[in-house]
Amino acid sequence: MINIVYRLKAPKFFEESIDEIELEGVVVRPTYLSICQADQRYYQGSRPAEILDRKLPMALIHEGIGEVVFDSQGNFKSGDKVVMIPNTPTDDDVCRLNYSYKSKFRGSGFDGFTSDLIKLESDRVVKIPDDFNLHVSAFIELITVAYQGISKFEEICTTPKDSLGVWGDGNLGFITTLLLKEKYPQSKIIVFGKHQNNLDLFSFADEIYRIHDVPDDLVIDHGFECVGSSASQSAVDQIINLINPQGTINLFGVSEYPIPINTRLVLEKGLTIQGNSRSEREDFVGVVDMLFENPRLFDYLEKLITNVCEINSLNDLKEAFDIDYISKFGKTILKWNK
Amino acid sequence: MIFAAILAGGIGSRMGGTDTPKQFLPLGDRPVIVHTIEKFVINNNIDRIIVLTPQNFITHTNHLIEEYIGDSQKIVVIEGGKTRNDTIMNSISYIDENFGIDDDSIIITHDSVRPFVTYRIIEDNIEAAKRYGACDTVVPATDTIVESINGTTIESIPVRDYYYQGQTPQSFNIKKLFNLINSLTQEESEILTDACKIFTLKDEDVYLVDGEVTNIKITYPYDLKLANTILEDNHD
Repeated sequence: MINIVYRLKAPKFFEESIDEIELEGVVVRPTYLSICQADQRYYQGSRPAEILDRKLPMALIHEGIGEVVFDSQGNFKSGDKVVMIPNTPTDDDVCRLNYSYKSKFRGSGFDGFTSDLIKLESDRVVKIPDDFNLHVSAFIELITVAYQGISKFEEICTTPKDSLGVWGDGNLGFITTLLLKEKYPQSKIIVFGKHQNNLDLFSFADEIYRIHDVPDDLVIDHGFECVGSSASQSAVDQIINLINPQGTINLFGVSEYPIPINTRLVLEKGLTIQGNSRSEREDFVGVVDMLFENPRLFDYLEKLITNVCEINSLNDLKEAFDIDYISKFGKTILKWNK
Repeated sequence: MIFAAILAGGIGSRMGGTDTPKQFLPLGDRPVIVHTIEKFVINNNIDRIIVLTPQNFITHTNHLIEEYIGDSQKIVVIEGGKTRNDTIMNSISYIDENFGIDDDSIIITHDSVRPFVTYRIIEDNIEAAKRYGACDTVVPATDTIVESINGTTIESIPVRDYYYQGQTPQSFNIKKLFNLINSLTQEESEILTDACKIFTLKDEDVYLVDGEVTNIKITYPYDLKLANTILEDNHD
């Protein structure tokens, strides 16, 4: 069937394209989408030129929910609300499928969600209850990234979890702190950030410090880096300095630049560094279950929403990206009417 | 109930170079009309799809539906009329005879030669027809419109901001449309080639639904060539 896809042709330039989809699997009409930093890097043209040349034109956005229009297998009813999984495996692998080279990712290796309809395999959608907050649900994908990182942390962690440090006062730092507090209510969750205005929103954290104002005797058992870009270096360095022996450092922040690491101290303390990126179906199911069981989490997560933009035209989409770019904190939600 | 009427009654007098009506010519791997019908088949809000074709294409159309779409109980193929309004009236008569027309029944009328219509446009049509009784799908005019009565010199150049290009679907409350068509005089019927024009002539509001620049009508050989090129381009 013919489908219309709205692709980024070149930085800051979207265009309509015509695509064809097979009527097999699940067809979803997107309803609420959310802009991620990765989308913004394509839109602004801040990815290396050879990557832009290779990947564009491509539809952006990999965070979003929609309504089922059609399901060839009958697992879903028309009108069912679903969250869409951007990671798309092409084969099994020995590793988690969000790290497999055999997996493609929407809005990175192939078209994201900005289209009239989206065709997905049945296991790439997870039903969400009708009463979920739709604005928050739009960025469930981001929540799953923190969720899968914490699940992996649980698997490798061998020392006590009395104090857990989160570096970064942005969206992912906020979500990771919230999920850590949810999963480890007895642990002391300490947030390290740069912007007092942002840090003030972390009301569920046990302690909050600005990165240049940390007490000399403070130590943590494990660290979670949610900073990204070149600032990752100072964050990782501070974690290595404050962490107890045999702690784990869980990296989440994306950087376009190689980040130097004080390996001497890593060796001395016997630290484990674990990278985290993307997520898989089990993380989406886990997050949807968690939100269903703890609906008060929506109240906290709602604080992250800074812009809600109605998208009726490609110009609206452009404006939403521009608004998102100048927003210092929070998520830009797209009500997809296009 | 919500009905879709796919208007495939035209014999393509503007297409040239072929005897096959344009809606039956191939676009990619299947005929244009099949692409169009598919857009309505996947919409679960639509109860019945009525495809209106020339009498001698009914069997052919049924075969195409069977071959490409499969056994779909919600599609029926019937004969269209001489004019666009006759074709719409044939669909309304069919609905009346087989289902009856209640106050809330809606009909979405769509050109079979607009296969690029989107799910969103169809949904917006349903919503607008339910709410306002009539709607037309349009895009803002991009070219300057000039009016010439004699075909030689310009009479006027209207302000472009107020002008839109009409696409389809056009959707209506069936009862309202039926009553208005029946109230037309013979003279009015002859000049009214567009169902929305009937509403405006009778001082009834017609709501605007945003169309898409991609929702093109395949009228000329060039359009079909362009549409095929766009599809092939995507496969590269």
